[in-house]
Order: sequence, then C-alpha cells, then structure tokens
Amino acid sequence: MTLRAENLALERGAKRVVDGFSIAPQRGQITAICGPNGAGKSSALMGLAGLIEPASGAVTLEGAPLASLHPQSRARAIGYLPQSADIAWDVSVANLVRLGRLPHRDRGTDAVEAAISALDLEELRHRPASQLSGGEKARALLARVLAGEPEWILADEPLAALDLAHQLRLLAHLRSAADADAGIVIVLHDLALAMNHADHAIVLEEGAMAASGPPQEALRENTIAKVWSVHAKWIGEDGARALIT
Amino acid sequence: MNRASLIFAALLLLAFPLSLLAGRVWIDPAETPNAALILMELRLPRSLLAMVIGAGLGAAGASMQGYLRNPLADPGLFGIAPMAALGAVASFWLGYAASAYALPLAALTGAALGMAMLALIAGRTGGIALFTLAGLMIASFAGAMTALAITLSPNAFAMSEIVMWLNGALTDRSWNEVWLAAPLVAIGLLLLGLASRSLDALTLGEEAARSMGVNARVLLWLLIGGIALTVGASVAVAGIIGFVGLIVPHLVRPLTDRLPSSLIVPSALAGALLVLVADCAVRILPFVTELRLGIALSLIGAPFFLWLLIKMRRGLV
Repeated sequence: MTLRAENLALERGAKRVVDGFSIAPQRGQITAICGPNGAGKSSALMGLAGLIEPASGAVTLEGAPLASLHPQSRARAIGYLPQSADIAWDVSVANLVRLGRLPHRDRGTDAVEAAISALDLEELRHRPASQLSGGEKARALLARVLAGEPEWILADEPLAALDLAHQLRLLAHLRSAADADAGIVIVLHDLALAMNHADHAIVLEEGAMAASGPPQEALRENTIAKVWSVHAKWIGEDGARALIT
Repeated sequence: MNRASLIFAALLLLAFPLSLLAGRVWIDPAETPNAALILMELRLPRSLLAMVIGAGLGAAGASMQGYLRNPLADPGLFGIAPMAALGAVASFWLGYAASAYALPLAALTGAALGMAMLALIAGRTGGIALFTLAGLMIASFAGAMTALAITLSPNAFAMSEIVMWLNGALTDRSWNEVWLAAPLVAIGLLLLGLASRSLDALTLGEEAARSMGVNARVLLWLLIGGIALTVGASVAVAGIIGFVGLIVPHLVRPLTDRLPSSLIVPSALAGALLVLVADCAVRILPFVTELRLGIALSLIGAPFFLWLLIKMRRGLV
C-alpha cells in the first residue's frame, strides 16, 4: 500500500508547525526526517501516522485519506513508535510485544514470536520492563511495532537514548524490516547516521521542507549551513561518512 | 479467568456465608430465634450490598489507575466519590431527595462530572503529579462545597443525617438499596470491561495507544460512564467508602501480568471481598456504637497510601 502526504499542513493549538509537507516514502527503504529542534519533525511524523488531523492537505494510504479509514485498519497498516519509552506498568517483554497485536484483535502468536526473535529478545521474554536497559527497552518497543506486522513503520527518534553500538544494532533491525518490504520512516537527529543508513532524507526547517532526496543530496554541506547554521564538512566515503565541524 | 480471579472468587465464596452469620449477634441458624428473618431481611441484603459496592469500587479503581497510568489513583481520593456525594447532598438540600431516584441520579451526575473534570484538567498527557494534584483539588473542592451545603442546611436534624451518611456505612440497608445499586454497578462494570483492551494500549502512552487504533474519545466516555455508574451508585446507597479502589488493584497486580485488562475482573472480586470483610469487622468490633465502614477503610487506606508513596518515592522525585 502506498503512503503519501501531499502538501500537508499541521497545527498544534493555533500554531502552524508543519506546512507544505509532501512525502512519498518507498516500501523497502528507510526514509529519514532530519531538522533542527523545533522544525516540526515529530509533528510531521505524527501527521503521516494519522495521529494529527491535517489543517490542510492530506495523508493517503493507497489513495484513501487516513481520516476516512477506521482507526484499526489504519493501525494495521501503519505502526508508530513514539519517542517516549515510557511504559506505565511493569509488564514482561513478551506481554509488551503482544500489545502490538491490539489492532488485529487476535493473539497472533506467530507474529509475536517472529518479532521477539527478530529483535533477539528470546532470553528477555519474561523480564519485567523496569529491569531492561535502554537498549533492551528500545528493542522491545520496536518488537511491539513489528508484532503488528505493519507495512509502514514510523519511528520518532528511535535511536535518541542509545549508545553507538545500540544505535547501529537498532538500525540493522530497521534495515532487515525494510528488506522484508516494510517502509520505514524515522526521525533522526544524527546527520551522519542519516547519511550512511537512510535511502532517502528529508530536511525540515521551521515546518517547511528545505530539502528532499537521496541523503548525499539532501544533506549537502550548504543545506546544513543554511538550516542548522553550522559550517560542517563531510569526510570519508559513501556509506561511511562523518560530519566534522 | 486468570489466576487472581480464581483466588479471589474462592475467597469470596468462603467469606460470603460466614458474613451472614457474623455480627454483634452471631447467628446459629438452628438456635437463634427469628434466624431466617434476620438472615433474609438484614444480613443477606447487607452482605450483597457490600459485595456490589466493593466490586464496583475495586473495578473503578483498577480502570482509573489504568486510564491515568497512575498507581495512586482512587475514585475516593481523586474526587470522584466526593463529587458524587456533593451531588447527593445537593439533592438533599434542594429537597429533591423525597423522590427515590433523585439522589442516585444526582450522585451519578456528580461522579461523571468529577471524572470529566479530572480528564479535562489534567489532559491526556498529564503526568502522575498533575493528575494527583488535580484529583486532590477536585476532592477538596467537592468536600468544601459539601461542608457549605451542610452548614447552610435548614435544620439540625437534616444536618446530622447528612454527616452520618457521608461517612459511609452499610448499617440498616435493605433490599431496596440492593435493587438500586446492583443494576447500575453491573452496567458500569460492563462499560469498564469494554474499555479494558484500550487501557492496555495506554500502557505505552496516549500516542502509541491512538496509533494502535484506540479511539481516545470513545475510551474517555466509556471511563466516565463506567466510573460514574459504579462510584455514583455506591455513594448513593452507602456514602463515601474510600480507598477500596486504591488498595485493591495493588493487592491484585502482583498476581497478574500487570496489564490493566487483567486487573479489572479480579479487582472487582477482591473489592467485593474487602468491603464484605471490612463490613463484618466493623459489626464485630466491640465499640459502643458501630464503627462507620467508611471511617474504618480510611483508617486502613491512608497508611496504605503513605506506604505506597514511600515505596514510589524514588520514582517520583
């Protein structure tokens, strides 16, 4: 199913936080949304997930506006991983992952097991959430999304609280989900990770799109200078670039 | 039915017959004169009413904690029961209590308003501290308004009636109260049951829940309706009986997988058990006049709340 945002405008209260946001992410790819703090990245992602009613424009799934879909059929197609890793009750990893089946109203044992094994959580399945490390928690929360077998996975800064090793590990998990034909859209702060791991990058500046394209084009040094007001230089080779300031 | 439900159902089956015999006068069905009459007209409705109210308060507490994502939530503490009482007192004061349905209706309305206020003030993203403060403020507002209504009450007799009733008790309740409360609590429990899977989704926060297909508005109305019916009905027939909704889910939670949906049925059963046992205890305790049930539960509940706070202290600061 194609997911598409066309000329999307979003408001938070009276403030317009996203304007003219258009995106047609591809299945099997990782699309990164980048931008400075307050650029509207999270709002854009929530809009794409159908969690904010558009002020104008539309998000469509296979041509149908998200707002016209039943919330449960929308939820089966689009998995959303919020930035907050807050888990209210001390549930076990297995029960946490099972929550991902809520949009389907079934037990989905196979999908749950597949998600647990895809994220290497077998040994942690009975561990309560309160006893997980940051990296383990991030994996368990992503497994929750995978258990719903969505065609689209939208994740808001899934790497934010992780160390380098765990960032790379989670990115590898996202890449294998993409290889299994899911479409991945993530908000990323780290431009080097976006440059090296995304197939497509979008740069937001004050709610508007400043650039969109392959990361080598969208994250050019002059774009970074204009949007982040930082004079930075890419070094290294494609796929292993670093940003120095 | 999960393990916790089985345990509390079994305990309830044990406690219920005993509760019929327990009291200032222990009944020996073979010996006590008029045993059948006492059992049928006094003890049986009182025990049934205790269980109905307890079930409603236990399930309401479990659902509120799930919805607010706050293990300190309680319908009494967070102002729902006090708002129900305010509604009931207002109906006394305005003289509508003469009609049999005015008081329960006013209590239900008060409870619904309380829950709606709590949800509106603290919003959907409010943290534990905001919800707790909002709840306590609603409770103290309702308490102050109730006190005002009492001081302005036209005669001293009505005043003492109200005060006695506010303290919460099951003394001298009859089948009338059972027939009034049972259907309301049953519908309330049904609504809370319908909300239970959505409450599970809320474990991961409001946005994750909505992304999983939860309709936030429908959920809020289910909660308002379910809590208004369970708490409003119990206040209407027995006054304020606090802390049941706080204590019970904590006793039940370790026996379950900790998801809100696994908690609602066993919390209803455990709530029924707690109020039944507590009501037997106040009947048996050798005081000159019977200890009010609401006071007795507050005497247990307040230290319990403090203990919870101390246990949670690290997480809250």
